Amino acid sequence: MSAETVAIIDYGSGNLHSAAKAFERAAREAGLDATRIVLTDEAETVAKADRVVLPGVGAYADCRRGLDAVPGMVEAMTHAARARARPFLGICVGMQLLATRGLEYDTTPGLGWIPGDVGPIRPDDPALKVPHMGWNTLEVDRDHALLAEIPTGADGLHAYFVHSFALSPERPGDCVAHSDYGGAVTAMVARDNVAGTQFHPEKSQRLGLALLANFLRWRP
Amino acid sequence: MLKTRIIPCLDVKDGRVVKGVQFLELRDAGDPVEAAKAYDAAGADELCFLDITASHEDRGTLLDVVSRTAEACFMPLTVGGGIRTVADIRTLLLAGADKVSINTAAVNDPDFVARGAEKFGSQCIVVAIDAKRTSGPGEPAAWQIFTHGGRKATGLDAIDFARTVTARGAGELLVTSMDRDGMRSGYDIGLTRAIADAVTVPVIASGGVGSLDDLVAGVRDGGASAVLAASIFHFGQHTVSEAKAHMAAAGLSMRLDL
Repeated sequence: MSAETVAIIDYGSGNLHSAAKAFERAAREAGLDATRIVLTDEAETVAKADRVVLPGVGAYADCRRGLDAVPGMVEAMTHAARARARPFLGICVGMQLLATRGLEYDTTPGLGWIPGDVGPIRPDDPALKVPHMGWNTLEVDRDHALLAEIPTGADGLHAYFVHSFALSPERPGDCVAHSDYGGAVTAMVARDNVAGTQFHPEKSQRLGLALLANFLRWRP
Repeated sequence: MLKTRIIPCLDVKDGRVVKGVQFLELRDAGDPVEAAKAYDAAGADELCFLDITASHEDRGTLLDVVSRTAEACFMPLTVGGGIRTVADIRTLLLAGADKVSINTAAVNDPDFVARGAEKFGSQCIVVAIDAKRTSGPGEPAAWQIFTHGGRKATGLDAIDFARTVTARGAGELLVTSMDRDGMRSGYDIGLTRAIADAVTVPVIASGGVGSLDDLVAGVRDGGASAVLAASIFHFGQHTVSEAKAHMAAAGLSMRLDL
């Protein structure tokens, strides 16, 4: 197998350096030393990549604008994920952008790959604070390769979340895992070769590095 | 279930940890990156660097520390101290900070919080509230915001200020009792509780931890979502895992991964 290239899309959303470092470490630990992790704002690189990662922090509309501002990037992502069916991972707002639309401030169109809306979290316990910030466990709704070998459930490992909005997939089968925060909050979605995590694997220590390694090995 | 966070805080001056971290056999006890790695391995839930470098011009060393820490520790990092402009926030986030803690600049201009939140999202804007109790015995409890390490009174009521900055988009509040800071007599629970009850965002209790029971009280009685401590960890009085075990035994939900 020839060395793979993983493109992390740089569109001005927050710090991508630590995401790249986390992928590099996950690749090393998984014995995938030849895997190349590249941070890129070039559509061409993304269109040709073997795997694509869309990170994102901040407000939905701001991230969407940033993505649209990179010439040809949405088309390149779409080419890689849809035409070439390459493994694709959205993280945090990058995962939310997979939805049909975001309802933060104004209504903003998403990519529509995982049909559903991104709306405010409303915990049923008024004592629960928003943002949902910190470490929570994952409740698995359906098995998925990205969660292979990762202990989940109440006694499982924890993932780091920081968000005030969440994706509600229209098709229940698209929700892979949720967390409990005054009700179910979508933690991970997937359909075919496209997956997304609301939590930050690059900040989630053991669970995160294991998930990133699973992504690097994923053959959907 | 969401867990209560423990956040060790390191004071950093000119790129070095002030007083050092004494409980571990670090090659360089004054290197913040070494200390950060040790806390990462020890199970800390987040880390906080407070930059106390006097000159704004000497911040390059801090950025280097932040970027080296972010490369080595896959956990959230908050950086505070001397943040005055949106450009300062951007620089820290690009260096690898996940959140920034804003203090004086938010007191001088609460709209600065809004500008930061609009640009980078509320999730990365922490407002540090340094308060002193101004009410006397028998009076209704009241606290005032102080700046300059507790030396300068602002006349601002701490609870009102907490509401103001939350409405402007602060995603979290770091509440420090300037009366208790360094006293090792416990958090000011009244202050922590009053602010936690006044806002919908998470509150981090800070200032005054002397024992593990103080951490429990900050959450159970103060309503904090996270507890910040420095000296009880740095000087080896307790490890992070001892603190977690103690808090879990007291009935709090803690992350015990490792």
